[in-house]
Amino acid sequence: MVRSATSLTGNGVRDWLWQRVSAVILALYTVFILGFIWSTPQLDYVVWFQFFHHIGVKLFSILAAFSLLVHAWVGMWTILTDYVKPACVRLTLEMLVMIALFVYFVAAIVIVWSV
Amino acid sequence: MNKPRPVYLDLSKIRMPVMAVVSILHRISGVVLFLAIPYILYIWNQSLATASTYDEIHNALQSCWTRGLVYLILLALLYHWVAGIRHLLMDMGVGEEKISGRRGARIVLVVVVLLAMGLGVWLW
Repeated sequence: MVRSATSLTGNGVRDWLWQRVSAVILALYTVFILGFIWSTPQLDYVVWFQFFHHIGVKLFSILAAFSLLVHAWVGMWTILTDYVKPACVRLTLEMLVMIALFVYFVAAIVIVWSV
Repeated sequence: MNKPRPVYLDLSKIRMPVMAVVSILHRISGVVLFLAIPYILYIWNQSLATASTYDEIHNALQSCWTRGLVYLILLALLYHWVAGIRHLLMDMGVGEEKISGRRGARIVLVVVVLLAMGLGVWLW
């Protein structure tokens, strides 16, 4: 079995499953957030702040941020594998994507934490 | 496979089936969303930091350029969402044959066009 050093789990089936599970979480979170914005008639800072202050929303947000880390990693890895053939360029881009996604994940936790 | 067959991969000359169009748009929208993550995090952070930074974001969204950018990001999100649901359905064995796959791809495009119009009405 060929194992990839840079794919999320080094196993295609496992990557596939992580991508699907994270997709479902992100799809639900998208409906949740856009639904809240859409269904709130008078959205102001206090309403917005209190929404994200709720512990359930915080946990859902961190879960979604983690899912985004996983989902974007599998997706970007797939695209880079398909379209960037020189190994050194591809590995460099994969590392940059991985570092960026990790930083975004930490940033999301810091934002949720500060509310 | 050593037959001297012509290799002809001029993408501008190949008429892609609708499933291929939906698939490549799914990838493109995914990359757009990846590139948009820092901007989304910035808006999210500013909107929650203080009441005055919330107002700054609110005011920035009144400008045509910012609103257009947010519209494009939300459009990529909607597209990726709808095409992703089609993928999950196909994983469950729904719409993965040639005929039903084509129908599913067409449904994705129609739904996204309708949602894009609805999103435009909502934002403007």
